[in-house]
Amino acid sequence: MFRTPSLRRAGLVTAALALLLTACSAGSTAEPSGTQPSATQPSATQPTGTQGSAAPTTAPADPSETDPASPSSTPAPASDAALAVGFVLAPESLDFTQVDGAAIPQALLVNVYEGLVKVDDNGTIVPALAKSWTVSPDRKTYTFQLQEGVRFSNGDPFTAEDAVFSINRVKTDWKISVKAKMDIVAKAVAVSDTELTVTLKRPSNNWLYDMTSRVGAMFSTDGVADLADKPIGTGPYVFVSYTPGDRMVLERNDGYWGTPPAVKTVTLRYFKDPNAMNNALLTGDIQVISSVQTPESISQFSDTSRFQVIDGTSTGEVLLTLNNGSGATADLKVRQAISYALDRKAILDIAWSGYGTLIGSHEAPTDPWFTDLSGAYPFDPEKAKELLKEAGKENLTLRLTLPPVPYATAAAPLIISQLADVGITVKDTAVTFDTWIQQVLINADYDMTIINHVEPRDLATLWGDPTYYTRYDNPEVQRLLVAGDEGTPEQQVTDYRKVVQILSDDAASVWLWSFPNLVVAAADVRGLAQNAVSESFDLTTLSVG
Amino acid sequence: MVWRILRRLLILVISTAAASFLTFWVLFDGCGPARTRLGIGATEDSVAQLCRELGLDRSMASQYLDWAGGILHGDFGVSYISGRALGPQILDQLSVTLWLVAGAMVVAVLLAVPWGLFSALFHRRIWGTLLSAGSQIGVAVPAFLAAILLVLLFSVHLGWLPPNGYQVPGADFGGFLSHMVLPWLALGIVQAAVLARYVRSAVLDESGQDYLRTARSKGLTRLDALVRHGLRNASIPVLTVIGVQLVTILVGAVVVEYVFAIPGIGAGLADAAKRQDLLNVQGIVVVLVVIALVVSFLVDLAYTLIDPRMRTTADGGRA
Repeated sequence: MFRTPSLRRAGLVTAALALLLTACSAGSTAEPSGTQPSATQPSATQPTGTQGSAAPTTAPADPSETDPASPSSTPAPASDAALAVGFVLAPESLDFTQVDGAAIPQALLVNVYEGLVKVDDNGTIVPALAKSWTVSPDRKTYTFQLQEGVRFSNGDPFTAEDAVFSINRVKTDWKISVKAKMDIVAKAVAVSDTELTVTLKRPSNNWLYDMTSRVGAMFSTDGVADLADKPIGTGPYVFVSYTPGDRMVLERNDGYWGTPPAVKTVTLRYFKDPNAMNNALLTGDIQVISSVQTPESISQFSDTSRFQVIDGTSTGEVLLTLNNGSGATADLKVRQAISYALDRKAILDIAWSGYGTLIGSHEAPTDPWFTDLSGAYPFDPEKAKELLKEAGKENLTLRLTLPPVPYATAAAPLIISQLADVGITVKDTAVTFDTWIQQVLINADYDMTIINHVEPRDLATLWGDPTYYTRYDNPEVQRLLVAGDEGTPEQQVTDYRKVVQILSDDAASVWLWSFPNLVVAAADVRGLAQNAVSESFDLTTLSVG
Repeated sequence: MVWRILRRLLILVISTAAASFLTFWVLFDGCGPARTRLGIGATEDSVAQLCRELGLDRSMASQYLDWAGGILHGDFGVSYISGRALGPQILDQLSVTLWLVAGAMVVAVLLAVPWGLFSALFHRRIWGTLLSAGSQIGVAVPAFLAAILLVLLFSVHLGWLPPNGYQVPGADFGGFLSHMVLPWLALGIVQAAVLARYVRSAVLDESGQDYLRTARSKGLTRLDALVRHGLRNASIPVLTVIGVQLVTILVGAVVVEYVFAIPGIGAGLADAAKRQDLLNVQGIVVVLVVIALVVSFLVDLAYTLIDPRMRTTADGGRA
């Protein structure tokens, strides 16, 4: 249980330690030097839903039409170049089958482990270890044709047997909660070395999309003995070493079946302090900042002869989540009033230096069903006051529970003052992450909170499950989400478009902004993805010079 | 001498046990590590099951005793979170921190001794006052601020040294040095300022002594007299402070490791506590307590080497 905030504990332990250490040393009167900066929190949390289903894609019905796995531009030739990329969150472990955490697939998926399919920069499902696939008329059976001549980094060949093993192993041996994404599989059969059929219990577009995430990673039957120390995959990079909390080294897989990556050695470096990461790029110690945590510091990198700034989109939506189930925010008019009361453009400018896209419903700009609803609730304080009057809630007080993430802390003051302008008094409380999870995510004991939902295609997780912390219960939305999952990909787009429209009409939340994919790199680094569309940071397309 | 060592060992055992039990008690969170591993969306059933598999459902006392038993055999256990063996990991982090602390201590002593000596020698002149004021400022600057300023100056503006990171000395000694210079200075300068004040007052105390007047009347300069006769006596209080400072530096290393992205034991402790990785925190605590005690033991030993009088009193008049 998340009873005691972990940071406070860390403080207690440090204090206890300091006491003991000084007490033991010879007649000490010295005080501990310096103050201890508080630990950084992840900027992007990943509240995976109990339901665990993400929304499907519009993968073309005939996959032979899709582009090959490699990017459309001609790949750079393999060289001896080395590259260092800075990250904020260090992997807790190397084994994402046993330990949850966004940093593990971020480093290893696509780079070291490959799946049958992956997503391209536009969020479309494209072939990876599967050359092509067909779907049966009842949409329950997928037949995959696998790449030939693929080997794992331990030398074993990759065959359909390994795919069956990997899919079944999710159900039998994986521990983390997202393993539920594989529950829908009835059976997986190796027809030959290169042909695999997977039969689902019911049709699902979401399942194929989920196969692009870590649950779809392919393991060798002989290579899973020590995943916490030795990851073994088929990817373009092989794992060399990991110093916990410091760096991971990957090296080009010379036996790779596809186009080899241009960069020979990639070092993933982990920084607890975002300023240290900025300094490392300024001085050339690293060449890429994978995700900028301090957008106000971007001006340091304005010299375009030395640096490039990539400002794309990600799958994260920053929400001012409103409790649809209880309290004043359960009232549609109150939720609409809050939506009208906020000047989201001003909030984005202040909180995240204007980086990001304004959205009006729960969708990422790369989602196939994206429709621009950002104009649905224009900034209109008068209208907000009117709606509050109609609702009989003119002297309203609401709680705002803030997790320790930079965008929430930055956005809160302006939100509070804009709500005050229409007569809503906001009582804000900053809580630790453990408390936030217990109080908001599990118990839904809140009125409003600010959080970035980073998981790709999480429409069904947030809005299709009335027990989720949004407490949004709309049978029509639930019906459309299921119908879209089970229908054709075209059907899904139609149905999900209706869902995002209903969510906007219901003012189910305030969608503050779509989180940017903000990357800064040395000017000579090529092949960086414009948009962040998956769980992985794709290193395989990078080149230097 | 024997009694001193025995007493030290007793203190070592008791404080290690106390420190480890205290941290175990504060951090103990039942199935917490299981929930952390499974992720936010985990069902209660799956948490309970993993909790049982990891043995986290047992009583706190039995888990503590199990762990303590392992430590007595040199087994630090396997992390509940990462699934990796903790012994080698803590050892790696410790070696990094020891390099950091040792270098910082050398910097501190090399700066503090001349600094304190000269501010004592010229304590009635403007130079002495300036040196003394300088150390006052140094005492007031926290190590992390010194670290940030040093990085801004020497890395970002001048580009002479890398701003952060760590290289293993065995692989690339030059790289190791260039990465360590700034952390050594950041930690060392602040400690030097503290130390310089002790050196200054110790030297001032000794300069008033009769034996120094005698030495000067033989024709030695003040500096010569001090270096030949005073330094040994003055070094006793200074050594005490160095012993205390070694421990302070070890604790202060957490901050410096954060700013310089150095994978030492301080950074490891902060990470482990944040993840509620109970066994990892426990392992580091024990290692740190043992080091603190070993240091104070060595300082005691050094007294007896410097000051022959201590040998007799230390042995309870058995001489």
